[in-house]
Amino acid sequence: MTDIMLDIRDLRIEATIHAPGEDPRDIIIVEGISLTLERGKVMGLIGESGAGKSTIGLSAMAFGRGGVRITGGEVRIDGIDILQGGARALRHLRGKTVTYVAQSAAASFNPALKLIDQVIETTLAAGVPRAEAEARAIALFATLGLPEPETIGARYPHQVSGGQLQRVMTAMALCPQPELVVFDEPTTALDVTTQIEVLAAIKQAIHDTGVAALYITHDLAVVAQVSDEIMVLQGGRVVEHGTTERIITDPREAYTRELVSVRQTKLKETPAEGPPLLRIRNVTAGYPGVVDDVVKNVTLDIGEGQTLALVGESGSGKSTLARIVTGLLPPREGSIEFAGRPLSPALKGRSRDDLRDLQMIYQMADTAMNPRQTVATIIGRPLEFYFGLKGDAKRARVQELLDSIELGDGFADRYPAELSGGQKQRVCIARALAAKPKLIICDEVTSALDPLVAQGILKLLMDLQRREGVAYLFITHDLATVRAIADRIAVLLRGDVVRSGTRTEVLSPPYDDYTDLLLSSAPEMRVGWLEEVIATRKMQAAGN
Amino acid sequence: MKRMPISAMIGLTLTSLYFLGAIFADLLAPYGMSEIVGDTWEPSSAAHWLGTDTIGRDLLTRMIYGGQITIFVATAATALCFTVGAMLGFTAAVAGGWVDQLLSRLVDLVMSIPSLILALVILSVMPVTVTVLIMVMGLIDATRVFRLSRAVAADIAVMDFVEAARLRGEGTGWVIFREILPNALSPLVAEAGLRFIFMVLFISTLSFLGLGVQPPLADWGGIVKENKEGIVYGIAAALYPALAIATLAISVNLVADWILTRTTSLKGGR
Repeated sequence: MTDIMLDIRDLRIEATIHAPGEDPRDIIIVEGISLTLERGKVMGLIGESGAGKSTIGLSAMAFGRGGVRITGGEVRIDGIDILQGGARALRHLRGKTVTYVAQSAAASFNPALKLIDQVIETTLAAGVPRAEAEARAIALFATLGLPEPETIGARYPHQVSGGQLQRVMTAMALCPQPELVVFDEPTTALDVTTQIEVLAAIKQAIHDTGVAALYITHDLAVVAQVSDEIMVLQGGRVVEHGTTERIITDPREAYTRELVSVRQTKLKETPAEGPPLLRIRNVTAGYPGVVDDVVKNVTLDIGEGQTLALVGESGSGKSTLARIVTGLLPPREGSIEFAGRPLSPALKGRSRDDLRDLQMIYQMADTAMNPRQTVATIIGRPLEFYFGLKGDAKRARVQELLDSIELGDGFADRYPAELSGGQKQRVCIARALAAKPKLIICDEVTSALDPLVAQGILKLLMDLQRREGVAYLFITHDLATVRAIADRIAVLLRGDVVRSGTRTEVLSPPYDDYTDLLLSSAPEMRVGWLEEVIATRKMQAAGN
Repeated sequence: MKRMPISAMIGLTLTSLYFLGAIFADLLAPYGMSEIVGDTWEPSSAAHWLGTDTIGRDLLTRMIYGGQITIFVATAATALCFTVGAMLGFTAAVAGGWVDQLLSRLVDLVMSIPSLILALVILSVMPVTVTVLIMVMGLIDATRVFRLSRAVAADIAVMDFVEAARLRGEGTGWVIFREILPNALSPLVAEAGLRFIFMVLFISTLSFLGLGVQPPLADWGGIVKENKEGIVYGIAAALYPALAIATLAISVNLVADWILTRTTSLKGGR
């Protein structure tokens, strides 16, 4: 028996595209991938969406998602080529020798079954007696730092938090004592403060059990904490492969260098001048039928041409505050003033100028555009609606806007489905700009995008701010973005503003507890960061 | 139109034949609608391709005119039930609140009565003219279209692009016709094909029961009724309209299927 657990040689994966109105054709998703992974080692697979990360990860189980076929190469697990084994051998392999941790734990659990039954299912199928399987699961719950490891298994998936569920899923993957675990973006859907706990737990569990692991993510800073080696992928091919230390400190390929240096831009802070553009005073709001208020007594100012970053975890009330400002959710108490005039709390009471001055850009550009309208219609409608532009004048202005978002000719007649994720978000920006607004609310506009694309969008937003003097209310959970672009920052925790001020003020000590937690949880791109943070926190806990 | 599947081709050919037959009935029919030209239930011959009916009228002529009435009534009733049903359904989904409650409960009330019985009751107290028939059929079936379009529109109405339109200040008309309707078209087109067939069956049933199209006019259901005694003597006269109803149903659905696959194209094709 060798020490090499997973040996992929010259892997080639294809899929058939069924484009409407065209003949089906085959495309190559992944080509020429070779990697070896020793027992007890972790390999990080990193790349943007469409780079083939998950496809390669699943090939370690000889599985192709939705019409994806492995058409060449070898995948050897413990020396045996699993692609030749047939269905019976694969049934034995999957869930026992090789296990999988999916991105969205909430969507991957059966809501009608208790956690413990789902965690030990494959272990029981392997012939382990129930008592022993449960004992293993409980030991794993303890390793993964879950509360009440003895009894947590009796709960249902909706009775634990998202971060806990992700850890339970890790326990599920480790319970059959596999040789190889594939982690597919296990922390991507989590808040930063939760991510760090899950990350530490996963790292500990990998270390304790000594399994080999493939760790798939698009976040280089995250993968740097857990993996021994990193393979950088782009368009289904290997760009660079090396030890984690080497990739982070000495990237050789241009693409890797970009990935490493992304998020290191920093803009100068613009000081507030004159009276604030938007004044939110003592606003409290909740949803009908819910007892607790989602936003409590919030007071904020945004100056003309400034960027206010609203930071907080999911459920902190960031997006609710955006809905209040746009008029979709009238606040229960408090007032909003815009450009010196009071703003009606409800959408119905707002003048056309109020609506025009306040535009919004959404997180999911996919659903923010009507799939049945062309780009020209999408951008042209505000021009027609607010300024009465028609015909050639409208057409010319649409092209002007397309140029300003750095999309060239030929985009006007496309449908949203014919655009990439970054291009879609650009079109949404153009639609907002078409109204010549004074304030644009950006609700997590970059969180659904790959780091390099997100970088481009941020750069565009900042250029536009300089040219058009538009102010941004920038809602995000990503502290790196905040550091780069915000003039003022407000930190939101469960509906309360716990800290606000200029960027320098908010990001300089002394911190309050929550801001400190938030700042220290944002992954930094260096090896050993995770251990440092965990050690510091343990010391602080002991000191208290 | 470049690559049309064979099933759609068949469906389109048959459907257009039926519709052309209905439109040009006056030119195509060899005899007059109620002209008695032969003996009772004559077999097929060169003069009478499908034979004659129960009182000696040319059956082919009756079939052509019957098709005209059947298709006209069904088309008009389908158009009515879609206009009314889809408009109210979209309005309910977009407006929400008490508007939605009122419309939905009203529709539930109508739907709780079997549609055939409801139609028979209404028609037994109303003068049975073609206009009344179309109104009754269209409005009763509008409840089904209401339910479908409300469900479809409710899913679309919560999308960000609809919210974006509202934030822009767009009125309900724009939201319904420009944002929701284009995205709801695919299921509605499929439903329209199905609904048209149900209308054909509905009018045929009513006529067969004697409360549909009244003599001297006749639709396919009425022709079945007139000639049903013939079956006992081995006369096929009653089977021709039945066959016509069946083939029309299948061919219209083949076309609806094809339109459905075309409109679901993500490129926004229509």
